[in-house]
Amino acid sequence: MGKKVDVSQPFLQALAFRGVTRRDFLKFCGATAALIGLSELHIPRIAAAIEKAAKRQPVIWLNFASDSGCTEAFIKATYPSPAEVILDILSVDYNETIMAAAGRQSEEILSASRKAGGYILIVEGGIPTRKGHGMIGNREMLDVFKENAAPAVAVLAIGSCATDGGVPAAEPNPSRIIGVSEAMGKVGINKPLINLDLCPVNPQYLVGVVVHYLLLGKLPELDHLARPLMYYGQTIHDNCERRAHFDAGRFVEKFGSDAEGMGWCLYKMGCKGPMTYSACPKIQYNDRTSWCIKAGGPCIGCAERKWTDRFAGFYEPLPDVKIPGLGGVEAGADKIGAVAAVATVAGIAIHAAVTAASGRAREKKGGDKP
Amino acid sequence: MTRITIDPMTRIEGHMRIDVEIEAGKVTDAWTTGTLFRGFEIILRGRDPRDAWHITQRICGVCPTSHGHASSMSMDDAFQVKPPDNGRIIRNIIEGAQFLHSHILWFYHLNALDYVDVVSALKAEPKEASLKAVQRKLKAYVDSGQLGPFANAYWGHPAYKLPPDINLLAVAHYLEGLVMQAKAAQISALFGGRMPMTMTSPPGGVTHVPSVDDLKNYLFRIQELQTWIDGTFIGDLYAIAPYYLDQAAVGRGHGNFLAWGVFEDASFDPKKRLLPRGALFAADFPTLHEAKPEDVMEDTTHGWYRQGKPLNPATGATDPEFTAYDTGKQYTWAKAPRLQNRPMEAGALSRMLVAYAAGQPTAKKLIDEALARIGYPGKPQVLFGVIGRIAARALECKLVADAMHQWGLDLIENIKQGKTAVYTEYRIPDKARGIGLWEAPRGALGHWIDVEGKRIKNYQCVVPTTWNVSPRDENGVRGPIEEALVGVKVADAEKPLEVLRVVHSFDPCLACTVHLIHPASNRILNFRVC
Repeated sequence: MGKKVDVSQPFLQALAFRGVTRRDFLKFCGATAALIGLSELHIPRIAAAIEKAAKRQPVIWLNFASDSGCTEAFIKATYPSPAEVILDILSVDYNETIMAAAGRQSEEILSASRKAGGYILIVEGGIPTRKGHGMIGNREMLDVFKENAAPAVAVLAIGSCATDGGVPAAEPNPSRIIGVSEAMGKVGINKPLINLDLCPVNPQYLVGVVVHYLLLGKLPELDHLARPLMYYGQTIHDNCERRAHFDAGRFVEKFGSDAEGMGWCLYKMGCKGPMTYSACPKIQYNDRTSWCIKAGGPCIGCAERKWTDRFAGFYEPLPDVKIPGLGGVEAGADKIGAVAAVATVAGIAIHAAVTAASGRAREKKGGDKP
Repeated sequence: MTRITIDPMTRIEGHMRIDVEIEAGKVTDAWTTGTLFRGFEIILRGRDPRDAWHITQRICGVCPTSHGHASSMSMDDAFQVKPPDNGRIIRNIIEGAQFLHSHILWFYHLNALDYVDVVSALKAEPKEASLKAVQRKLKAYVDSGQLGPFANAYWGHPAYKLPPDINLLAVAHYLEGLVMQAKAAQISALFGGRMPMTMTSPPGGVTHVPSVDDLKNYLFRIQELQTWIDGTFIGDLYAIAPYYLDQAAVGRGHGNFLAWGVFEDASFDPKKRLLPRGALFAADFPTLHEAKPEDVMEDTTHGWYRQGKPLNPATGATDPEFTAYDTGKQYTWAKAPRLQNRPMEAGALSRMLVAYAAGQPTAKKLIDEALARIGYPGKPQVLFGVIGRIAARALECKLVADAMHQWGLDLIENIKQGKTAVYTEYRIPDKARGIGLWEAPRGALGHWIDVEGKRIKNYQCVVPTTWNVSPRDENGVRGPIEEALVGVKVADAEKPLEVLRVVHSFDPCLACTVHLIHPASNRILNFRVC
C-alpha cells in the first residue's frame, strides 16, 4: 500500500471499541478491492466510502411558527423509538426542544452544520412573512429558513403548519404564515421536498420516510403535493374500521350512544374521513393504541390542506356525500357522475354507486336505528 | 458587570430569550422575552364555538389536552351542560395521562441535563449487566464523534455534582423515561384517539363509550406506570437530591403561588378537585386564600403595547405598539398578570403547596415525607426554589398516577351499576359567556368564551407561562422567573448553567404565552389569547 490512507480519528476510535485495529480495517478494504477487481489504488476511496456509510445521517430540525406538537409526536414514535432514531439511525444535531446546549453553544452547532452541509432539514411550523411576527436571534424566520435550507440535501416539512401554515395560518392568517414549499419559492431555493401533512404529524410517517431513504437509498414516491403516496394515496374512509356500518347505513347520531359503542359510522357526527387522504386507519397512533375514529372522535380532516377553514364547523356533516340506505343514493344516483368528477369525493361516490347497484342499501332502507 | 443573553433558550417549548446582568459572579438583574406571534384569538372569532376545543389544542403541542379541556369547560359553563360522571372521569384520565407524560419528559429530557453530566457517566464502574450495556452504548455513541443532541453542552462544569455511577444511572433512566412518557401518552390515545391532539372531549363530556378492552388496556398501563414512577422516578429524585440540597434556596422567587385546580371531583366544586383551587402569598404563608378570576389584573407597562391602566382580562385591551428591545422601557410581548396586585408563580409547586395548605391528605403526606427525608420536617418554605419545583413535579406525578388507578376502578364500578352515560346533549344558546379554569402540567390555565349568534364573538386564554414569564409591572416588580434569577451565582458567564437551571425549573412553554399577541394591528382587541 503505497498511498497513505486517511481514516479519521473518531472513526478509528469507534472501530477500536469494536475490537478492530486500523490495520484490520485497511486489510478489509484491500480484500474488498481485490474482491471487486480493483487495484489497491482504490483502497482510500473504499475506506472513505465505508467510513461515510458508518456515519449517521445528520439532521437539523428547525421550529418556526409551531406549537412543538410534531416534536412531541416524534418522541412518541415506536419501532424505531426516538432513542433508537437519535442514538442509532440519525444524528439529530440541532433540535431546540431536546438539545443539551443552549444560547451561543447551540448557535455554534448550527453554524458548524451549515459549513459541513449534507444534512436533512426537518421543518416544524410555518414561516411568518409579516415583519416582526417571527424572529429567532433577532432575525426574521424567513431569513433563518433560507440560510439553513441552502446547505441541506433535502427538506422534510412535517405537520400542517410546515406544509401550508396550518392552524395559525387559518383565516385571517394574522401573521401571514406560509408553508415550506411557498417559502422555498419565495427565497429561491430548489431542493427535494417531502410534505407530511397532518396536525400533528404521524410520527410513523416521519420515521417511515427516513427509514425508506436509508434502507432503499431513495425518497418514497410522491403525489402532486409532494406527499408520500404510501401514506397519502387513499382516503381515511377507504380504510376505516367503521366503513361497513357506513355501507349498511348504520350511523351514530349521538356521542356516547349505544350506536357509538357498537362502532357505527361517525359520518353524521361530522366525520371528514371521506374527504381526507391519510393512512390513519392503517398506521394509527401511539404504538397503534388507537386513532381518532376508533376512539369515537369524528375525523376533522387535519391531513388536508387548509383544513381549519375548509372543514370549519367540524361537527357538521360534510355536504355532497351520498349516504347509503337513507334514500340518498337512490335519489342522487343520476348525480353521481358529477360528484365523481370531484377528485376528493370520487371514492365515496363510486362506492355509493356500487352499494346501490348491489342492492344492499335498498335492503337497509331507512337505516337501523340505534 | 457582565451582560449575557441566552438566545435561543433550549429544552423548553418555544422560542425564548433570557438576559441577565452578572456582577461579582452573581445575577443582579434579569429579563425574560419571547418573539413569535400566531394570533389565535383573531382566528377563533366568528367560528362555530365547538371548533374551539380543537383549535385551541394547537396553542400548545406539549399540553394540548389541557387547552382542549379548559375550552370545553368554558363551553360547559356557557351552555350550562354538565358531563355525566363517566364523562368527568374519562376527561380526568386523559388529562392525568398528559400530566404523567409531561412530568416524565420534563424531569428526564428537558431538565435533567442541567444536573446529570452525560460524559461523566463514561467513568462509572457499574456492576449490573444492564448498566454496563448502557455504558457500552454511550461509549460507542461518544466514540462515533457524532454527539447529536448532546454536543457542545456544559459537560464537566463545576456545578455538576453527581458521581459517575449516578450519572450513568440517570442516563439509563433518560432512555427508559422516553419509553415511559410514550406509554403515558398511549393512555391519552386510548380514550382520546391520539396524543398529541386528542379528539374525544367536546363540550358535554366525551364521545366514546369505553369497551372492556379499553379498560383492560388502561388498567395494565397505569399499573405499569405507577410501578415505574414509584421505583425509578421517585427513586431518582431521592438519589439525586442529596447532591444538590445546598441549592434549595436558589431560584426562590416571590413565594406567591396560584392554582386554579385540576381533576374534577364528582361535586364539580373546584375546591374539592384532586389538586384544589387556591392562592398562597409569601406574606402570610401558609394561609390559604381564595383564587378568583375577577382578582386578575393585567399590566402592560413593559410590554409592547400602548400604555394604559391595568385591566381585568375579561374586559382587557390589547393595543400593540412595537418599539424596540429596551429593558428600561418595553422588552416583551408578554403582559404582566397579577392576582391582587401580586406576581404569582404557576406550576406543580403551586398546586402541591396549595393542596398542602388545603390539607389534601395525599399531597400532605407526600410533602411531609419529602421534607423529613431531606432534613427539613414541617418546613414547606424550603421548597420555594429550584429543588422544590423539581421535587413537586416528581411527587405530583406519583399523586396523579395513583389517583388515575382509582379513577379506572371508579369507572368500572359505575359501568357495573349500569351507569354508562359519557355525554350530555346541549343546545348552543344564541348568546352565552363561559369560563374554564383548569391547570396545564405547567400551571394555571384559563379560557374565556363569549358566544353571540351561536358564533364565537371573543375568546381569551390566560396561560401558565404568562404568569411565569411576566415582565415587570408598573411598580417595577419583576415577574416570577426574573425574580427567581436574581442572586443566582454563576461560576462561568460563558457557560451559564446555573441560569438554565432556574429557567428550566419553571418548565416554560412559550407557544402558550407570547406567540399569540398581535403586534402590528392598531385595533383594540377586547380579548387577548395568552
